[in-house]
Amino acid sequence: MISIKGLSKVFTFNNKKLTAVDNLTLDIKEGEIFGVIGYSGAGKSTFIRLLNRLEEPTQGDILIDKQEITTLSANQLRLARQDIGMIFQHFNLLWSRTVKDNIAFPLEIAGIPKAKREERVQELIDLVGLTGRENAYPSQLSGGQKQRVGIARALANNPKVLLCDEATSALDPETTNAILDLLVDINKKLGLTIILITHEMHVIRKICHQVAVMEQGKMVEQGNVLEVFSNPIAQVTKKFVAQVMGTADEGEDIKSLQEMYTDGKLIHLHFVGESTNQTLISQIAKKFPIDINILQGKITQTQAGGYGTLFVQMIGEEEEINKAVVFIRDETSAEVEVIENVN
Amino acid sequence: MLTDLFPNIDPQDLLEATQETLYMTILSLLGVVIFGLLLGLLLYLTNKNGIWENKYLYLIISAFVNIFRAIPFIILILLLFPFTEILVGTIRGPNAALPALILGSAPFYARLVEIALIEVDKGVVEAAKSMGAKTRTIIFKVLLPESMPALVSGITVTSIALIGYTAMAGVIGAGGLGNHAHYYGFMRRDFDVVFLCTILIVIIVFIFQFIGDFISKKIDKR
Ligand SMILES: Nc1ncnc2c1ncn2[C@@H]1O[C@H](COP(=O)(O)OP(=O)(O)O)[C@@H](O)[C@H]1O
Ligand SMILES: [Mg+2]
Repeated sequence: MISIKGLSKVFTFNNKKLTAVDNLTLDIKEGEIFGVIGYSGAGKSTFIRLLNRLEEPTQGDILIDKQEITTLSANQLRLARQDIGMIFQHFNLLWSRTVKDNIAFPLEIAGIPKAKREERVQELIDLVGLTGRENAYPSQLSGGQKQRVGIARALANNPKVLLCDEATSALDPETTNAILDLLVDINKKLGLTIILITHEMHVIRKICHQVAVMEQGKMVEQGNVLEVFSNPIAQVTKKFVAQVMGTADEGEDIKSLQEMYTDGKLIHLHFVGESTNQTLISQIAKKFPIDINILQGKITQTQAGGYGTLFVQMIGEEEEINKAVVFIRDETSAEVEVIENVN
Repeated sequence: MLTDLFPNIDPQDLLEATQETLYMTILSLLGVVIFGLLLGLLLYLTNKNGIWENKYLYLIISAFVNIFRAIPFIILILLLFPFTEILVGTIRGPNAALPALILGSAPFYARLVEIALIEVDKGVVEAAKSMGAKTRTIIFKVLLPESMPALVSGITVTSIALIGYTAMAGVIGAGGLGNHAHYYGFMRRDFDVVFLCTILIVIIVFIFQFIGDFISKKIDKR
């Protein structure tokens, strides 16, 4: 769907050069929610703005839906932009227009006749859940509602791609989740390819299929969200993963757990994706005559299933415990580790 | 009673003078708004990071605006005498004042327009670009509507300055209340005429101010 090759952007100011986006090459599949995460100043906004040429690339190619964006003339670019929706951190609505008229704006630009416009606007208002607020002005809306208008406006001309620049960064956590749910919803309903930029791992965890981690203009790590979560390599990535998983110092934890729970065996379970894992504990409890004591852990949900770690204490016959461990190892996709008692 | 207070007033003449003042103000305001918007838009669009960024064009327009704002109005009228004669065919009466009024105030309004446009949220302009808007669409559907309250209050301020200018133009023969106060009041030492003309001008200013404030409040949905 989107293919980016050797994309760079160099800003020149005061005779200094700053490479905001540094030789990026990546592919984004159709219907995918692709997240780019990085700290402030990493070049995320510049990157996403290069995709619809709000920023002119210094170098590189951008192929969106088989169309080479970088070589388009001004006129062709305008038409291409009608197929690429964009939403913004600060919504960027026209205060002088009502909800209805804001959403109608891209349709006016595309030259859709009035009757059709009104029909389409109503559809979009229903889609984003703003029914009844058609005639409100942006100043009368909450942040979440404003972003819904932004989304409706971006979808008006049935784009194939939606670009989101920190679309939830100005919203409180609850509203953020509602907006993220809406994005997943339209991604599924319309098969829209979504590229979103954020500095919050929570956003990536909740809705993205693929993630790229950006630092100083480069993508330092990239892959499907579960892979990157379970096996972060770059230092920044580890920090971001810690944002949602906590910065538990596992060595320290294990030692104190060992001291507190001396019966049976201490087991470390590691879950990566696959919903079958979710009944793992009850399966073991039913199959083997042992007791399971859940001690500590953190499991979180991603678009591809749960991910996280769990410490449990298994109490019972040693033989049964060993059987249970073998069962987990062989029959499920969870990773299991028996923590040897050092005492 | 009124005739005791203002013994030298001829209501018919005064009415005519008021009409002339309004005529000059409104007609020149129309010209000022058109030229001011044009110049202001050009300043905004050719400025750094503007859609038509052009250093030289910006400098030229900017210099033009600054020069005409620097010339005192009374001198501008004198400077424009020959030009006015060619353009309007006369150097007396309300029409003769129009070129000077417009040229004197349009640059001032142009700066107010430029400031109003700079205040428009860059993000909104960017959003319009991301939707594939043409420059014309950006001007007429984003920049102008989004800056409308400031454009209107700019018109209010400019119109009040214009009323003052019409009085000045009146003194050198353009008609209106300034002319009336000068010839029928000051020259004849009939100060009741000067006084009444002053009251009428103040009332006109208040009315313009009131209407302007009302409109800009009404259209501001922020
Ligand atoms: N128009 C510009 N001119 C000069 N430097 C810029 C411009 N836009 C962004 N930058 C610089 O590029 C770098 C990346 O910025 P940005 O893409 O906004 O980062 P992010 O969105 O990840 O916070 C920053 O160092 C920023 O100062
Ligand atoms: Mg940014």
